[in-house]
Amino acid sequence: MTQALTRPKRKNPVLRTRLPTLPPGARSRIALGLTAAAAEGRFALQVCRDCGAVQYPPREACHACLSVRLEWRAQDGAGELLADTVLHHSNDLFFRERLPWRLGLVRLDAGPAVVAHLHGDVRPAPARVRVTARLDRAGQAVVVALPDKETPHMADDRALREFACDPKFRKILVTDGKTAVGQALVKALAAAGADLIWVGHTEPWKKFAGFDALAELPQVTLLPLDVTDSKSVREIAAEIGGKVDILVNNAEYHRAFGIGNRAGIETARAEMDVNYFGLLRLAQEFGPAMRSRGADGQSSAVAWVNLVSIYALANFPPHGTFSASKAAAHSLAQCLRAEMRPAGVRVVNVFPGPIDDEWNQLMLPPKVAPEALARAIVQALRDGVEDVYPGDVAQEWLERWRENPKALERELAA
Amino acid sequence: MSARRGYDGVAVAVPVTVPYVRYSVRSAHWWLARALGELLERAGLGKEAVDGLTVSSFTLAPDTAIGLTQHLGVSPRWLDHVPLGGASGIVALRRAARAVQAGDAEIVACVAGDTNHVDSFRLTLANFSQFARDAVYPYGAGGPNASFAFLTAYYMRTYGATREDFGKLCVAQRANALKYPHALFKKPLTLKEYLSARPIAEPLHLFDCVMPCAGAEAFLVLAEERARALDVPYARVLGAVERHNAFPSDPIQMRAGWALERDALYAQAGVAADEVDFVETYDDYPVISVMQLEDLGFCGKGEGPAFVRENTFTHDGSFPLNTSGGQLSVGQAGAAGGFLGLVEAIRQLTGAAGDRQVAGAKVGLASGFGMINFDRGLGSGAAILAAP
Repeated sequence: MTQALTRPKRKNPVLRTRLPTLPPGARSRIALGLTAAAAEGRFALQVCRDCGAVQYPPREACHACLSVRLEWRAQDGAGELLADTVLHHSNDLFFRERLPWRLGLVRLDAGPAVVAHLHGDVRPAPARVRVTARLDRAGQAVVVALPDKETPHMADDRALREFACDPKFRKILVTDGKTAVGQALVKALAAAGADLIWVGHTEPWKKFAGFDALAELPQVTLLPLDVTDSKSVREIAAEIGGKVDILVNNAEYHRAFGIGNRAGIETARAEMDVNYFGLLRLAQEFGPAMRSRGADGQSSAVAWVNLVSIYALANFPPHGTFSASKAAAHSLAQCLRAEMRPAGVRVVNVFPGPIDDEWNQLMLPPKVAPEALARAIVQALRDGVEDVYPGDVAQEWLERWRENPKALERELAA
Repeated sequence: MSARRGYDGVAVAVPVTVPYVRYSVRSAHWWLARALGELLERAGLGKEAVDGLTVSSFTLAPDTAIGLTQHLGVSPRWLDHVPLGGASGIVALRRAARAVQAGDAEIVACVAGDTNHVDSFRLTLANFSQFARDAVYPYGAGGPNASFAFLTAYYMRTYGATREDFGKLCVAQRANALKYPHALFKKPLTLKEYLSARPIAEPLHLFDCVMPCAGAEAFLVLAEERARALDVPYARVLGAVERHNAFPSDPIQMRAGWALERDALYAQAGVAADEVDFVETYDDYPVISVMQLEDLGFCGKGEGPAFVRENTFTHDGSFPLNTSGGQLSVGQAGAAGGFLGLVEAIRQLTGAAGDRQVAGAKVGLASGFGMINFDRGLGSGAAILAAP
């Protein structure tokens, strides 16, 4: 049974910081279908549209009927562990540092056999397991076999934690504590076992609504932080940058309207200054230290969360300049993801539909409650996913966008 | 099954081993050149006399057989690249034998060799196959160790084999290797040492795993009368089979293509399993040797453990097996590992096996197995050779 994780001891600053290494990350293009699904928390395998055969490893043609019409479909992952091993040797630096390491050969009920990482609570073969896909530290999908039934402290498993970004016992910066989303995030992260939560607020000389409730949480330290001020970001990074394990950038500037209903560019510039340049300033100041701590013990630097918006995928003209700033942020976040990946630090992009806050007053429900958004982000960290579309609106827009982006553009313009 | 044409009149001769080393700074071309050079020298032939060539190597990239012809200055009229790893020897023999029978080539040199730089093995594993790169290598196993750990664990659980059973094979092969000058392992191995070795991928321990090294193996395929004219000792090819990706729906590999081809092999060879005087299995891990003994009909499926307990496997004992020590005691020189058993079989049948000669060896069987593409070995083959 998994031992409950304990709070790590204070780090001895004289000792070496373990440098990040990655598991082998090369994949064929077709195999990235597994990664695409795992990035959203799904375990999908190719299924033949002609004969229904399920395929693994990923391939270009059906092993049963040679059809090339294979499509990725979600799988329940039920299967039987046929054989397991404990590696005591590896030629790979990442695994050498983590030996002994358990692997298994699982026959999925759906047909194929898979080589899988094993959760520590999976019993020796033969045993029923539930197979899923997770992103590893290289950001690529791997297959992981979990016990078929929940076990105590399951998330604390040593192997599973390598694939997750669990907030438990981690030090977290939430960049804006003044918003409803920021406050919900802080509470959810505290409940998830965060060790320490720094909460940024832009105007430290005055209390904001909810200030006292945050200040009461034992994990919380309030910090003056203004993402539009390069000096402010630099000073805070100098102070805490070497300790931040998870950075949640929820700072957001949101006004309605597009081009025609607005005079001048001041509002759009303010949106860009927070939503795009704010991310850029944070990435430049906090990125290097987090990259250096990608393998720093049990509570390493592990994730960077961006509050983007589903409007980043396709412009929503009634909130047109806001959409544009979120599209810019999304693009920059992809760059950040590429730069953080060599350190194994996951960039998690969150694409909510309209949030139930004051700037979406005129939007009809359903809207995402700040608490639900916060829960979705904590779950994403626990599951190690990197793209999150919380709420019904985001899910629906995503589906429409994937099916026909041009149609969605027309529909949003209507 | 339609009748298969036999290999009448085909001889294999001039067993060559370029002495192995653990690491080499030379490239694969160097090892293959030495193998071909020794073949020619011992056969007393010039380069132009060898008009057929097969090449097997993992580390020859970016070259293949065709590039090697210019590198070595040979102009064959028949050429084949056989990149089938541990199945390369049997497959190269089959291809070459048919070429000789058809008159497409008179004398075919079958060469296999690989270098082993300090980092070669890791690089070979990282780029071994698409399935391996996508679905095995990212899991940290370092090549076939994990796959064979699964097979070994499953076999032990299903058929009651013990570590002592696999250890008995390793210990017997080491005893054989002590009489084979080219074996890299020179010290005796005891069962106690085998059992107390450090774990690699449970249930596999150190002596269950082959050691990668550099080396080359080669032989000539030619007509019997040509071998006699050259005055080189030779063995006859009685039968040879190959089968790839057999039993693809088996959830885990407990048998391979030998089980499908065995009857055809013995029918073609005109001998029965109990008439075989010695066997050279492909032995990168002992479990696969046991599976070959089962699939090739020396005992039934699942009877491997009992068969191991009943025999001694030394060259001078009951059921001589891997008489030069096999890859487990000689070393695994890449694709040359797929030639090692065949080359040793030629030595045994031409009375060239020195202190480890199997007394009265008339008929020998060599088998190959190769290419752990994902969770199992895909290629398998076997050949039965006989003294003239």
